[in-house]
Order: sequence, then structure tokens, then C-alpha cells
Amino acid sequence: MYRYDEFDATMVAERVEQFRGQVARRLSGDLTEDQFKPLRLMNGLYLQLHAYMLRVAIPYGTLSSKQMRALAEASRKYDKGYAHFTTRQNLQYNWPALVDVPDLLDDLAKVEMHAIQTSGNCIRNVTSDQYAGAAQGEVEDPRIWCEVIRQWSTFHPEFSYLPRKFKIAVTACDHDRAAVKVHDIGLRLYKNDAGETGFEVMVGGGLGRTPYIGQTIRKFLPKDHLLSYLEAILRVYNLQGRRDNMYKARIKILLNAKGADDFASLVEKEWAAMDAKDVDLPADEIARIRDYFAAPEFEPLPETSAGLDSNSTKNKAFGRWVRTNTHGHRAPGYAIVNISLKPIGGIPGDASDAQMDAVADIAEQHSFDEIRVTHEQNLVLPHVKKDDLYAVYLALEAAELATANIGLVSDIIACPGLDYCSLANTRSIPIAQRISERFADLGVQEDIGELKIKISGCINACGHHHVGHIGILGVDKKGEEFYQITLGGSGAEDASIGEIAGRGLSSGEVVDAVEKLVGYYRENRQDTERFLDTYRRLGAEKFKEALYAAA
Amino acid sequence: MKAVTGNRLSDGAVVYLTNEDQWTEKFANAARFVTEDGPDVLAAAQTRSAEIADVYLIDIDEEGALSGRAVVRETIRTLGPSVRPDLGYQAGGEL
Repeated sequence: MYRYDEFDATMVAERVEQFRGQVARRLSGDLTEDQFKPLRLMNGLYLQLHAYMLRVAIPYGTLSSKQMRALAEASRKYDKGYAHFTTRQNLQYNWPALVDVPDLLDDLAKVEMHAIQTSGNCIRNVTSDQYAGAAQGEVEDPRIWCEVIRQWSTFHPEFSYLPRKFKIAVTACDHDRAAVKVHDIGLRLYKNDAGETGFEVMVGGGLGRTPYIGQTIRKFLPKDHLLSYLEAILRVYNLQGRRDNMYKARIKILLNAKGADDFASLVEKEWAAMDAKDVDLPADEIARIRDYFAAPEFEPLPETSAGLDSNSTKNKAFGRWVRTNTHGHRAPGYAIVNISLKPIGGIPGDASDAQMDAVADIAEQHSFDEIRVTHEQNLVLPHVKKDDLYAVYLALEAAELATANIGLVSDIIACPGLDYCSLANTRSIPIAQRISERFADLGVQEDIGELKIKISGCINACGHHHVGHIGILGVDKKGEEFYQITLGGSGAEDASIGEIAGRGLSSGEVVDAVEKLVGYYRENRQDTERFLDTYRRLGAEKFKEALYAAA
Repeated sequence: MKAVTGNRLSDGAVVYLTNEDQWTEKFANAARFVTEDGPDVLAAAQTRSAEIADVYLIDIDEEGALSGRAVVRETIRTLGPSVRPDLGYQAGGEL
């Protein structure tokens, strides 16, 4: 894992002290709320419905056990004993008092954590594949490049006041778990036909009120030129992105107004005009960062584990969990473990302090001290011996963290919605809870197979509804909560924006509607088709008919 | 009718303006104003910047209950998150 050098440590410590002064001046009345608001937002502090909310950065979703314990401790000390993992691999505290936030940030700084780049019109915390460094078929660990981007982008003077926020995601696998095509910039690291490693550069993806899939503006960028090329993109955006209308200020609007080809030419021109070697990192610096992400020392193990096979047979629930929640690892005899934060009827992404501590202990004992956060609001233990899976399962079960539903109908992304968020029009979490309860039977869920339901409580689309196989968007209809269904979206390598199915549904109708859609799929699927495959084969009309058919 | 609400500066807690010009955590103790007085009362509250963040008017019906378009939102603010009945003012009993 990356460890702070003296510059990182000083920068974070100074930032905490600066914010402490700003908070003191706000509390004394020297700063008005209008003056203070942009300052607190630069430190990840929002004001929500019931309280302040602090968003803590988890760079590319990677945490050590020590950091997880510090997050748990902060939730006890400054919050109400729980926290919320977000779709940007970050963590949110829902109840910190303004007066306590400087101390909270001070505690986090001691474990190399902060809330920088979690808000405001800057380059936000970079996200990545949660299986980085563990995935089969990965070209190299994408977090090396995430860290390169983090160092370049943090407090970058030219890009601290962009037209709007800016999100970058990096993957190094063919199967995209980082939703790179719906980011301002998506980077896919791969080997070209000549055997060289570089990035496919996709620009202008995004959700919100104007959803777009990112377009490739460069098929292959030699990896060593990443920073200069990113700087060229950001420079074009910074100069030409709209500042007159916040709804048209994202790079997706600029790229689509100009067309991808013209936008790409502008970037190439800017790139050619710049002295790339002033921006690109020298090889020894890249090597230094690369060393931080060296693979742990995996034991030489046989691919199969006799203990795992026998326990899977003896304990059916464990067998199911292995099928749904574990994933192949690049090292023989190891597995990737997904920890579901979606208990049946629970709040997607929430974890109690005790659960966070439990995950820290398990990771320390069984996963080389590493934990990942996923953009689907779950956690991952990236490197677990297959021989240890049963022990890990039992420990997770004891912490109520062993729900076997990864990628299934109850593994729902939901934004905090009107239960917490001051921007929301409707609640999201109760809809997720009721869908999860309707499909509580894990055997039925496994039979339904991969089905991604994503719920947003307003058009800002924090719940990624546009890219849900089934998306649900909350809309306010004269003071009543209504929900619009979209179908056929995907945030993976086969990315697509879902189509609106038809009239909005009342809160009471939504769960029945989802059940009808799932029922239609189960009746009409062929072979191993997923919901999305059947939808794409049969077309929107059939599913709309099923959805709106009289009961 | 109207009431004045905001979030207390020091901790962000939801509060309402009382007849005594104090901030209360109990919606039941919130002062009710005739709609025409709303803007003046709000303007006065907005000057109390060292006590309160994000202050605004909410709709109240003749019985003093929350009403209008934002009734779901304001009910949730008054009680706490609907998905965590153990948190917020709803957890403390009398509102």
C-alpha cells in the first residue's frame, strides 16, 4: 500500500490546522455561512438535512486494517456508531458536529487519511477496480496510476477551480468493475498488439440529469505519458467548459457539443504544444510508486483446497456464499472475498463501528492487512487463502456480514436519498429495503442471477440509476414520492444508459413492478442469459408491457 | 402559515425559532407566523449568522402541522431518518 512521505504528511497536517482556524472563525461569527461554505466543502464537509456530513477520501478504495479501525473509532467518538460507504469508494459520517470536525480530521490524519478532494470543483478522489492487484488477467496494478494521478491532482493550482467537479476512474482488466465509461475520464490499461502497455482514454461519460457514455478520444496512450495527456484534457476543459450554467458545466457537455473527434483534436493540439517531460513523471519516480503496490508474498499453494470443498458440501449456506461472494484470484490457492453491505432489509452501504472493526481484524489475519471499498457499496478482502475461506465466512457471519448476494437482486446501490440528503426529492433506502425483503430467499436470488438494481432519490443520480439493469429514479409529484423505472442500463464494459419505461409509479407500486420485470425475465430467459441479456434480446417493448400489465 | 427552521451552526441539528426568539429542537415549540410576516421574520433570523446555518421558512397548516410540497422532507427533518427510528428526535420521545 502507498505510505505517506514527508510531503503528504505535512500537507495533510497543515490542511487540518488551516480548517481548524476557519471553523473557529465561523463559530465566532467572523465568517458568514456564505464565506464559510466553499471552505468547508473543500474539506469534504456538507450540511445535510439533520446534521453535517463529512465525506472521507479512501484513495482508489484501498484501506489498511489500521485505517479501518480509525474510521470505526471516529464513528464512535464523533458520530453515532456507524458510517456509510459510497459509490465513489469513500466513506461518509452522517452526524459529526462542526465543532468536532477538526479533531476528527486530526485523528484521521494520524492514519494517513483526510477529506481532501471529496467535494468542490476539483479533480476528485480517483476510483479504481476493487480487485486491483488480485484480479486474474490484470495488465498491472491500476492503483499505481491512481496514485500517480492523486499526487499530480492534489491541490493542483491550475485545476482547483474547474467549471465543475471532475471524476477519473482507472481499470486494468477487460471486465470493467470501476464503471470507467461513466466518468469524466475513464482509463483502461491494456497491452496493444505490439505488447506495449498503455491506456485507452475515454472522456465525457457521466450520469446526472444529462447521462452520457464516455467516448474514446485516444485508442492507445503510452502509459508513461499519462499525466501530460490528462493535463492537456483538463486544460481544454478548464478553458472551454461552460461556467455560465452549472447544469452544462461538466466535460460531457463540452465533448458532446464539439463532437468527440473535434474534442480529441483540441486535446492533441494542446498536448503537442506542451513540454510533456515537464509534466510526466520520470521513470524512477514511477518505479518508486510502483514499489508501494508490490504484490504481497503469496504462499505457493495448490489451486484447490480440500478443506474448502468439504466445508462447502457440509455447510450449504457456506457453499452458496462461496459461489456468490468469492471470486477467482491471480495467485493459485487464493480467492477474492466480497463482503456484502446489503443485508436483507438493511441500508445499502452502512456499516456499524463493530462491523468495521470486525472487517479490520479479519483482513489483518487473513488478507495481508488489506481491505477495499467497491463502487457498489460493498467491501472486499482481496487476498484470502482458499483454506481460510471457511474461517473468514464464520467470522463474517458472526458480524452479520455474510449475506450471499453479491451481484444479485438485493445487492442494490441506493443513494442516501431524502432520509439524509438535502438535494433529494424522494427516499431511496426504503425502496431498496422493500425490494430486498421481497426477494429475501437467497436461493431464488441465485436463480435469478446477476441483476443490478440502482436507485437515486433525485436526478443527480448518485445512485447510478441510469446504468442499472433496472434503474429507479425518485421524482417529486406535488409533494408525493413517485418513482420512474429505467431499463437496460449497464455501467460495465458493455455500458449503456437505461431507457425510461413509462409513467412513474407510487412508492407502493415499485416493488410489485420490479417483481413483474423479474418474473417476465425468468419466464423468457434462454440458457444462461442474465436479465440484461434477455432485455437486450427481446427489446424494451416486451418488458414495458410486462411492467404495466394489469395485475 | 409559516415557521422558521434551520440547522444549528455548532452541530447542524435541526432547530426552529420560538416565540421567545430562541432556537428549539422541538417542532411543537416552534413559533407560527401568518404567511405575510414570513419574509420579515426570516430576514431577522438570517442576521443571526453565528447561531444558525441555512435558515428558511416552512409551510404550516391552520392546526400547526407541517404542510405544503416539502412535507415529506420537513417531516423527516423533524423526526430523523425514516430508516433509522433509533436516531434523530424521534428516538427521544416527545417532539
